[in-house]
Amino acid sequence: MNNSVANTGRLAWAALRMLLVLTVVTGVIYPLVVTGIGQLAFHDKANGSIVKVDGKEVGSRLIGQRWNIKGTDKPDPKWFHGRPSNSNYDALATGSSQLSAGNPELVKMVKAAKKQVAEFNGVPESEVPKDAVTGSASAIDPDISSDYADIQVKRVAEANGLTVAQVEKLVKDHTDGRALGFMGEPRVNVLELNIALKELADR
Amino acid sequence: MSPVLADVLLVTALIGALALVHRPLGDYMAAIYSSKKHLRVEKWIYRSVGANPDTEMRWPAYLRGVLAFSAVSVLFLYLLQRVQDKLPLSLGFKPITPDQAFNTAVSFVSNTNWQSYSGEVAMSHVTQTAGLAVQNFVSAAVGIAVAVALVRGFARSRTGDLGNFWADLVRGIVRILIPISVVAAVILIAAGAIQNFGDIHTITTLTGDKQAISPGAVASQEAIKDLGTNGGGFFNANSSHPFENPGGFTNLLEIFLLLVIPFSLPRTFGKMVGNVKQGYAIVAAMGIIWFLAVVAVTWIEYAHPGIASQIAGGSMEGKEQRFGEGPSSLFAVSTTMTSTGSVNSFHDSFQGLSGGVLLLGMMLGEIAPGGVGSGLYGMLIMAIIAVFLAGLMVGRTPEYLGKKIGTREIKLAACYILITPALVLIGTAVALALPDGKDAMTNIGAHGFSEVLYAYTSASNNNGSAFAGFGANTEFFNTTLGLCMALGRFLPMVFVLALAGSLAEQKPIPDTAGTLRTEKPLFTGLLVGAIMIVTGLTFFPALALGPLAEGLAA
Repeated sequence: MNNSVANTGRLAWAALRMLLVLTVVTGVIYPLVVTGIGQLAFHDKANGSIVKVDGKEVGSRLIGQRWNIKGTDKPDPKWFHGRPSNSNYDALATGSSQLSAGNPELVKMVKAAKKQVAEFNGVPESEVPKDAVTGSASAIDPDISSDYADIQVKRVAEANGLTVAQVEKLVKDHTDGRALGFMGEPRVNVLELNIALKELADR
Repeated sequence: MSPVLADVLLVTALIGALALVHRPLGDYMAAIYSSKKHLRVEKWIYRSVGANPDTEMRWPAYLRGVLAFSAVSVLFLYLLQRVQDKLPLSLGFKPITPDQAFNTAVSFVSNTNWQSYSGEVAMSHVTQTAGLAVQNFVSAAVGIAVAVALVRGFARSRTGDLGNFWADLVRGIVRILIPISVVAAVILIAAGAIQNFGDIHTITTLTGDKQAISPGAVASQEAIKDLGTNGGGFFNANSSHPFENPGGFTNLLEIFLLLVIPFSLPRTFGKMVGNVKQGYAIVAAMGIIWFLAVVAVTWIEYAHPGIASQIAGGSMEGKEQRFGEGPSSLFAVSTTMTSTGSVNSFHDSFQGLSGGVLLLGMMLGEIAPGGVGSGLYGMLIMAIIAVFLAGLMVGRTPEYLGKKIGTREIKLAACYILITPALVLIGTAVALALPDGKDAMTNIGAHGFSEVLYAYTSASNNNGSAFAGFGANTEFFNTTLGLCMALGRFLPMVFVLALAGSLAEQKPIPDTAGTLRTEKPLFTGLLVGAIMIVTGLTFFPALALGPLAEGLAA
């Protein structure tokens, strides 16, 4: 009996030492080496692809934002808008609605979103694309489809005193295709598009 | 280019890359686990631990090593979470509650990576990198070690020796997981994944709004999370978070990482038993099931029969624009079939029938291709069942790879395949009988049932993905799911190692004209059939109540 207790103790002690050594190797050395390489070779990306305008940080290229009239929860017509977000673009509360495709609550949400997007942009409901009425997975999806960008063009042009052709060109310039032609989906980065829009409108 | 054509190219590129890599990687792994030499860093590790890597272990000793190491890991990770506020780089986060810390500790040690917490507002830098990420490495290496021990059981004869657990553990980490992870992590950073130890960073947007940007050693954890088929996301949104998975290319890379070791291990197996064709028969069965599931889920997602999806015009709820329906489906199948559980889109919002396919993928025992190590040993157990069935049909004593599958072997294999269904079905039944089950559902009706079934299936099979609407952070679920994860991981390992020991002791029997040719396509077909029948009979009633009912109603 005593012998087996002692053996178990010895084994546990060896296991603990193994865990501690491996913690140093995989939990300290490995992340520090990767961080070192990342910070030296890809400094901006390793720190979140932060975008600056006039020297001031205005967001991350990879994190979607809400574009409301200051101090309200009303969408501002002068900006392009992203997809519905389960956390209202709070980047510390990522995740989606988790509602199933047949859930009556989701049906209601999709219908309401469709109506709102159609009215806000002055287009028929049939022209509202799927990404405009469905919540993203992360709640901070930085992108929209080019279809969703297209239906926003007229409204954005009017609100900024620009011509439709000018804004159309802007959208076209900011549409990214699939990587190497087949990886991922085509998309428009909303923050980059809005920054370019602001530059054009301020000119 | 049409989305469907892009998806076809994507799957083709993925299969091409796996086909290209499986041979050198499989051969390399076989060489590692057969080698008598130790690297300098490994010698240093053995010296500081006081372990002798050259002693051969019989199965009980090997098992004791696995269990002792895992038990110590659970305790260590539990304590780390409980005191994280007192350690440096805490980000001001509070200690994790006891039940959640237990759940998380078991979850990461058992390679499940079920998460009832939100990483970005719960886990400190130290807990993430020195606790969770460490288990990503070691739990994966433990899985491969056990698989290798079973393969040695087939390859060796007239001995009870299965190798040395400490050496197998350390070699897996030092020679396989770390080198690939470093390369993958650097590529991920180059593509936009973050890697820093900063603070939460608040910026003022163009509209004058405030937004908080998360910091973290994300890329280093992302790489091993996928490579080790762990799946625990740095953030709550997991691989749908743009900092974990910034674009179409990283998405493909992450799917590749999920699949590369599980699909290469059959080559290792073939090499070690001295007939690579045996490995191809196994990998073919894995590949067929995986591919059929990819086609099914992708097709259902594009068809989007759910009412809400019909109105929206597509199945984009819970999916990211940069991934869309196709690449999201590919990721979803690959993660549920590998016991990984990372997600780039939320399975709860997939179409009802897709959810059923994903569930079925886990219920198969995650063998197509399965988790690192666990996929191979799970598939070899099914191969034993398949030769047993074939033996019954022709009235011969079944044998596999020159080893007799006698009473003892078949008992151990049967015990193995009964464990997870028992945990899943009993767990689901208990949760539904108590008020806890109903309270935790986000959705109602058949889909609500699916959420509970998915949770217990995911935990018991060590997957870790969720129908995440399920409110899992309660004492009841943290505890019961924690137990399912622990039992679902370590009980099967007991039977695998016992089986390995009994196979290794046998003397080989020579091939005769009557021997079932287990390297032929016929056997692959038999194997796939056996898997489907065993799983179908076990889980059909449960699937009928959940996803099938939902899918037929839509």
